[in-house]
Amino acid sequence: MSAAESQTLDAGAALPQQKTDYVPILLPFALALVAYPFVGSFSTWLTLTLAGLAMGMMIFAMASGLTLVFGLMDVMNFGHGAFISVGAYLAMVAIAPMAGYAHTDALGPGLLALLPAIALAMIGSAAAGYVFERVLVRPVYGQHLKQILITMGGLIVTEQVLYAAFGPQINPLPRPEALHGSIDFAGAAIEKYRLFVVIVGLVVFALLQFLLTQTKIGLLIRAGVENKEMVEALGYRIRRLFVGVFMAGSALAGLGGLLWAFNQEQAHASMGGEMMVLTFIVIIIGGLGSVGGCFIGAVLVALLNNYTAFLLPKAALVSTILLMVVVLLWRPRGLYAVTSR
Amino acid sequence: MSDALLTLSGVHTHIGRYHILHGVDFSVPKGRTTMLLGRNGAGKTTTLRTIMGLWRASQGSINFEGASIEKMDTPDVARAGIALVPETMAIFSDLTVRENIVLAARDGPPDERRLAWIFGFFPALKKFWLSRAGTLSGGQKQMLSIARAIIEERKLILIDEPTKGLSPAIVGALIECLQELKRGGATILLVEQNFRVAQEVGDLVCVMDSGRIAHAGAMADLAADDKLQQRLLGLSLDSHQ
Repeated sequence: MSAAESQTLDAGAALPQQKTDYVPILLPFALALVAYPFVGSFSTWLTLTLAGLAMGMMIFAMASGLTLVFGLMDVMNFGHGAFISVGAYLAMVAIAPMAGYAHTDALGPGLLALLPAIALAMIGSAAAGYVFERVLVRPVYGQHLKQILITMGGLIVTEQVLYAAFGPQINPLPRPEALHGSIDFAGAAIEKYRLFVVIVGLVVFALLQFLLTQTKIGLLIRAGVENKEMVEALGYRIRRLFVGVFMAGSALAGLGGLLWAFNQEQAHASMGGEMMVLTFIVIIIGGLGSVGGCFIGAVLVALLNNYTAFLLPKAALVSTILLMVVVLLWRPRGLYAVTSR
Repeated sequence: MSDALLTLSGVHTHIGRYHILHGVDFSVPKGRTTMLLGRNGAGKTTTLRTIMGLWRASQGSINFEGASIEKMDTPDVARAGIALVPETMAIFSDLTVRENIVLAARDGPPDERRLAWIFGFFPALKKFWLSRAGTLSGGQKQMLSIARAIIEERKLILIDEPTKGLSPAIVGALIECLQELKRGGATILLVEQNFRVAQEVGDLVCVMDSGRIAHAGAMADLAADDKLQQRLLGLSLDSHQ
């Protein structure tokens, strides 16, 4: 057979074109629609849905870095919560000198007061992530049991350092005045802060998606999640990428910690550790290494938690676990399987 | 050999407790296609992975263009000019065909003329340019894996069993591609179980047995000697034609 003939045969082979798996994307919408008749009132449903979306965005910010670290580096970082707490405390430090701006009702100065807090929380958490990776994680690459032990140890040490530096008490962290109160929409009271969090979450998701799909670094991260060895065989130093991703993941956790602390209007050292179970559930539901899956997983978990807490308060705690069980029975590697793990 | 691009001398490789390569010695001359043949488990894939730095040589030396590379990390080996097409193909299935090629082109955007040249052999890659690589057939994944290795000019291309499990039509396209690469002066070290393919593209041959080189010579000589084939590979040419 000539090459020309074989090429013709090959080119003519019927193969599927690129398909986007829309089913997971539709799940949050389906959940919201299913919940509506049970909730009954439109305004209550809208309030619950927006609160769920805001909660989902905060969990997404905290979990997105963890899923990349898990997927790309195969590192079980049980200390990821440390960066959530660090972010919350750094926000507290940064907002204090901005009290003049934070106490005005105007939106502009209110948001301006948040900017240094966001910057310090993210930069500080990224720096903490760098130290964490160099000191704790690097010596135990490829050793899962040691990773669990040492990263949990790192979380405990970080918590104790925060207690030593800021005291054991729960620290009040009021939001800027401009983000207090609510907006009336269709009979529902939409909290301004929740709206702000949804916008921040969407921006973070859009930036991450852009980075991962439109830049070469993003391609390397996605390729590295799938096959580190081949990325190295193509001539790229994956270790440097690991450090960068670890720092970026820590920065996102710091941002999540800031958003969560302002939502609770308090900061305490154990708040990161308390969020770890939820973040792990989200990245498992989404599929390890998948940012899109993590986003959908976070929104699903938060919406379900909110609806269940309203309809069946006693079942709220188990609802997220049940959701994870159902998703894993349906798709054992999560909504969007990226790695073979 | 004076025109040797790559030379392995007394290379030993251990994987965990297992001693796989027991002093491998051979050279790959510049501009030629050297076949690495042998029964399953002879150490062919381990040899390629050791050259690439994916597994460390525990003893011996690997020289590439006169420089020692056995202690180099894999990215440095790749940047020295060695490309690998692994047995598993190792395409990034979550990325599109285009994204796979863009990643392989380290020095900038893929060259349009070279891309057109590759599409000449593998038109399916053009057809499914924006498709997720995971949706390609086995043969098309192999084409993508090879395209990734040749999208930029490399000094040495290591290819591990490219025809494994492929239909005759696709094997034909692969042979044509390899022969075109040869005509372009590429240096190739090719592991292959299909003796017909080895005969068609190989200039030289090294036969491995139990982690050592058992025979080295011209491919044509081995192809012409049934008894030697029987002794080295446990096959006769007739049974593989």
